Amino acid sequence: MQASEHLIEIRDLSFRRGDRVIFDGADFDIPRGRITAIMGPSGTGKTTLLKIIGGQVKPDAGQVYVEGQDICSMNRDELFAFRRNLGMMFQSSALFTDLSVYENVAFPMRVHTNLSEELIRDLVMMKLNAVGLRGARDLAPSQLSGGMARRVALARAIALDPDLIMYDEPFTGQDPIAMGVLVGLIKELNSALNITSLLVSHDIHETVSIADQIFVIADGKVIGAGTPEELRAAPTPMVRQFMHGEPDGPVPFHYPADDIEFDVLGEAG
Amino acid sequence: MVGLVRLLGIRFLTWLNSLGRATVLWANAMWWLPRWEGVRLIVTQIYYVGFLSLVIIVLSAFSIGAVLALQFYTQLARFGAEDAVGVGLALVVLRELGPVVTALLFAGRAGSALTAEIGLMKTTEQLSSMEMMGVDPLKRIIAPRIWAGLISVPILTAIFNTVAIYGGVVVGVNWLGADPGGFWSGMQEGVEIYEDLVKGMIKSAVFALLVTWVAVFQGYDAPPTAEGMSLATTRTVVISSVLILATDFLMTLVFYGDF
Repeated sequence: MQASEHLIEIRDLSFRRGDRVIFDGADFDIPRGRITAIMGPSGTGKTTLLKIIGGQVKPDAGQVYVEGQDICSMNRDELFAFRRNLGMMFQSSALFTDLSVYENVAFPMRVHTNLSEELIRDLVMMKLNAVGLRGARDLAPSQLSGGMARRVALARAIALDPDLIMYDEPFTGQDPIAMGVLVGLIKELNSALNITSLLVSHDIHETVSIADQIFVIADGKVIGAGTPEELRAAPTPMVRQFMHGEPDGPVPFHYPADDIEFDVLGEAG
Repeated sequence: MVGLVRLLGIRFLTWLNSLGRATVLWANAMWWLPRWEGVRLIVTQIYYVGFLSLVIIVLSAFSIGAVLALQFYTQLARFGAEDAVGVGLALVVLRELGPVVTALLFAGRAGSALTAEIGLMKTTEQLSSMEMMGVDPLKRIIAPRIWAGLISVPILTAIFNTVAIYGGVVVGVNWLGADPGGFWSGMQEGVEIYEDLVKGMIKSAVFALLVTWVAVFQGYDAPPTAEGMSLATTRTVVISSVLILATDFLMTLVFYGDF
């Protein structure tokens, strides 16, 4: 099959959790070999989108194609086979707490390949070296700082040289130095390994500095898409509010509520 | 009245729903024959759930055997039937107390630990990240733990039986002075391999199935919060204990009931 320009194509995605609509007819095209960022206020389903692409969550309607394969119609075995080509870095890092840093990175290789122990060792060292943590190989996950844990998670995510790597809020809760390191790593890995990177975040500054393309989502729809420059100059007020971090605007500061007079003054008011 | 019916209905449906999910979980995990890699995982788990339960099993077995011998002896001595201590002890332990107490202790010691471990793995997204790596956590995490329980509990029961009888010997024969010849020959005559030993082991296998099933499901299904975790571990112990005692009654009825 002719490799299309887009690694991931999502059409007419709808998903609701209980009564809450998360996606309502959203379309995404994620270009191959680039860094694409999905941005939006908290609670707009950014993480859910990654889980849908990974096949962990089934959408209510719509198609999700990765490499031309429809994720939604795969059975359990096909899904597990498909995920071998996929790396994901979780917001919580999600390292296996009973394994050392070395074993965490070696885990996908041990499960999915028949490589010899020496080869696995060399590969793990290369991956750990890429994130600068070769020296931390014998530490337990509990001995790592948050930033280091994410770098180990990153090394583990690229262990099998996936075609697609997904980052769930990679910058949240990181100190400025760790943030800078992660930004550099994501960019470097993307170009060095020619991976398609999909990144979910609401840290505008860092995201804008590395993303080739950005989707802004709100209310279950894509409200803006384009390069960082295009979005900064975006005409729609909602995108502008988000990109410039204004507290109030089309995305209201207040959670929907009754009139304040009613709540404060009660029946008497 | 309508409210009550509705409440019962909701309760029943929720229960049915969990039972369904638990069955799917179990089937998905066990629909798989362990390979070499799996054997290593199972052995590791046998160490955690089985070997580490040994101390509590041995201590409990010894004291239960000792207490039984003491009670049997004081009652039977009034009729001059001290020799029957051996057979009475062996039958009670092999048929009932061995399988039941082992399973109860296993639920408290290993079942709750399984629930907490799996629940925390889920809360910290370790299961989710494993899935995203293309590794099925049901096969990698859940199945080895179920197998380990299925293998460990009958072995623990056998150990419990042995130690409990030894405890009975220490108290009944060595201390209170029952005649060892009568003690052992009475036991040898009164206990049958199939009727007593095998049926007791069948019970323990059934309990093993119930406890591990409840434990892994409660962990896997626990809401990812502190309350959710504490509730899940409590539930594991409570539900397994009730199930053990209820199925024990049923199995005793089927095995030894006279109808």
